[in-house]
Amino acid sequence: MDTEILARIQFAFTVSFHYIYPPLSIGLGLLLVVFESLYLKTKNEEYHQLAKFWTKIFALTFGIGVVTGIVMEFEFGTNWAVYSRYVGDVFGSALAAEGIFAFALESGFLGVLLFGWNRVKPWVHLVSTIGVFLGSMFSAIWIVVANSWQQTPAGYHIVGKGMHARAEITDFWAMVFNPSSVDRLLHVWLGAFLAGSFLVLSVHAYYLVKGKFVTISKRAFKIALIVATVFSLGQLFTGHHSAEGVAKNQPAKLAALEGHFDAKAPADMYLLGWVNKEKQEVTGLKVPGGLSWLLHYDTKAPVVGLNAFPEKDRPSQVNAIFQFYHLMVAIGMTLIGLTVLGSFLLWRGKLYNNKWVLWAFVFAVFLPQIANQVGWFAAEMGRQPWVVYGLLRTSDAFSQAVSDNQILFSLILFLMVYALLFFLFIYLLTKKIKHGPYDKSTTEQRPFTQGMSDVFTNNKDQ
Amino acid sequence: METFLGIDYPTWWFLVVGGLFSGYAILDGFDFGAGAWHLFFKKEQSRRIALNAIGPVWDGNEVWLVIGGGALFAGFPVLYATLFSAMYTPFMLFLVFIIFRAIAIEFRSKEEGKLWRKTWDICYSVSSIMLAFLLGVVLGNVLQGIAIDEKYQYQGAGFFEFLNPYALMTGCTTLALFMVHGAIYLLLKTEGRLYAKLTILLKRAIIFFMVTFGITSLYTLLYIPHLSDDFKSSPGLFIVPVLTFLSIANVPRLASKKNYGYAFFFSSLTIGLLLVLVAIELYPTLLISTLNPQYNIDVYKAASSTKSMGIMLTFVAIGTPLVLGYTIFVYKTFKGKVKLDEHSY
Repeated sequence: MDTEILARIQFAFTVSFHYIYPPLSIGLGLLLVVFESLYLKTKNEEYHQLAKFWTKIFALTFGIGVVTGIVMEFEFGTNWAVYSRYVGDVFGSALAAEGIFAFALESGFLGVLLFGWNRVKPWVHLVSTIGVFLGSMFSAIWIVVANSWQQTPAGYHIVGKGMHARAEITDFWAMVFNPSSVDRLLHVWLGAFLAGSFLVLSVHAYYLVKGKFVTISKRAFKIALIVATVFSLGQLFTGHHSAEGVAKNQPAKLAALEGHFDAKAPADMYLLGWVNKEKQEVTGLKVPGGLSWLLHYDTKAPVVGLNAFPEKDRPSQVNAIFQFYHLMVAIGMTLIGLTVLGSFLLWRGKLYNNKWVLWAFVFAVFLPQIANQVGWFAAEMGRQPWVVYGLLRTSDAFSQAVSDNQILFSLILFLMVYALLFFLFIYLLTKKIKHGPYDKSTTEQRPFTQGMSDVFTNNKDQ
Repeated sequence: METFLGIDYPTWWFLVVGGLFSGYAILDGFDFGAGAWHLFFKKEQSRRIALNAIGPVWDGNEVWLVIGGGALFAGFPVLYATLFSAMYTPFMLFLVFIIFRAIAIEFRSKEEGKLWRKTWDICYSVSSIMLAFLLGVVLGNVLQGIAIDEKYQYQGAGFFEFLNPYALMTGCTTLALFMVHGAIYLLLKTEGRLYAKLTILLKRAIIFFMVTFGITSLYTLLYIPHLSDDFKSSPGLFIVPVLTFLSIANVPRLASKKNYGYAFFFSSLTIGLLLVLVAIELYPTLLISTLNPQYNIDVYKAASSTKSMGIMLTFVAIGTPLVLGYTIFVYKTFKGKVKLDEHSY
């Protein structure tokens, strides 16, 4: 296989794996802040237990997020050297801001969040939790800004030619607020809140179905359900805004999302479909003129199609992009249906007796994860053949100094290590869930702290 | 070119990157060092205490790597791209070990089984050793230079070329230095038998470091003359190696007095000063080309635009006090000897 394809596979694989974790950390972070604030306000010990229990799971997702994130940073240099030289000047300030303002904040306070329960005052602990949560939100800002700049570059000019050409920043704020960054950031944040709240919903729904930890689970479920309902509805707006932005700034991508080929014709919107690229047609269930209506409130309004672009300037994997995008939308709608139904039943006081709905919530944990993944697939594949839209092609961006064998070697290494990591993650997650939300100190009714000297005097066999 | 206090922006950024990597080496240095000692502790309880000594801080320490890497990418994209793609395999191995180490720390205490814990203990210790060693190997190759052409393209033979004798020596020296540093850190965090054992281990580590450091210094002076050019041309700089030697000598002196707080300060200072030596030897070059000195990448060739540098330097000026603030807060919270509780690893 050639170097470009291998480099792309490796990046896609490592970034997809990485992206399981940060959204969970952001979403769980939000709920930790809520649980802990409620504990401070009501002094109800159950909120304290919830905060501690979810902190342990948060620690797991956060730790994996950090190490798989270091891989992403290094890969820019190792696998995409030409790209790194090209974008470093612009992209660099976003990355530097992430490191200094976001990542240092979250990792600094993380130690206190995880290990400081018995060492600092409750309000100091809450401040640390908020610090970690805000840090993870800020991280998302800079990463999404950098990626959005690749989708809709702004605030730069090109200096130099050929191998030495690069984008240089001219206006920092224009770069930060490039045309797509705000819409995409909101969409990503909400996606993360959904990933986190659905994990909480799933675990506590499982306890409720099994009749374990019932009172505490009802509290947690209710809070997470409110969060999930609000944000799954919110996702409708951020998603719509994003799509409008894509229509304006990346018409070729929009055309691929809906499989719209005609250069200038009213466009349909599909609920389900299959794209035949050779015949340039889509078979499926459609709303005629739907896309035109969504963009212009007129079913007859023309929309720019793929044929308006030369073959070499448009994404090639139209059907895949179409499917990923539609799967994301379908999941989004399902989440709205499920959370609204859940909220309605909760309001009527019938939720906790309804095993079917609770089981649905147990398995729904996968839905936001899948939607987050396929949403990014559609966004990134839709940007092709460009790595920086309209400026730098993916086929020009990879490291010339790296051979295909080297990448194959590292790819296999990552496949093995990540498989192990994922297996361990699931194993420990299951274990923590089975153990339940109460820790040793409450079951034994005393704080379990032990200094080393005690251990040495008590254990003769040391 | 824009300057601030008479120093141009690329040079400022060189100082920033140098500061970040020194911070990283000092911080992750002691937790790699602590990890390298892990298998020397035989008792389960000792291992848990040693692990929890770095428990609340190792993650924060690794952030310095992320920030340092980000700073290199942002300020010197040409260097970042060239070095990372040239040394592809060593960096990939580094990543794999860093992942393994994190997994081992997170997972070892989550199960009671003997085999489980033993496996993760080995993973943790071996990866800590390999990470320290690989950092040294990268440094050794940067000091010697690598085969890059006029298009910043690496033209060398690849992975095994990076495992040359000099790089292996700098690798061992780095490991030895981190083991000294890590042992002192653990001494600050432990008591009883484990503490007693560490006092002996520290002595051995100091000898290991003296030997490797001596050989590396000699090798540098004899075979890599270009590295001492700067010292020949400006004798005033000679103060830096003198200070470095004094700082090194202070470590065993303070250790024999059991004054580990100051010993830790001097082992940190030693790491910092050694990196200052490296910085003086290299500046203004960042990466030496072994093919032709004209292809060397210096700070001006590697740097981002003045505009970009200005923005980033502003970030650093605002961010540094904040970062120092949280770091001090965390270390203060966990000051003193390790106490295991239900939140520990």
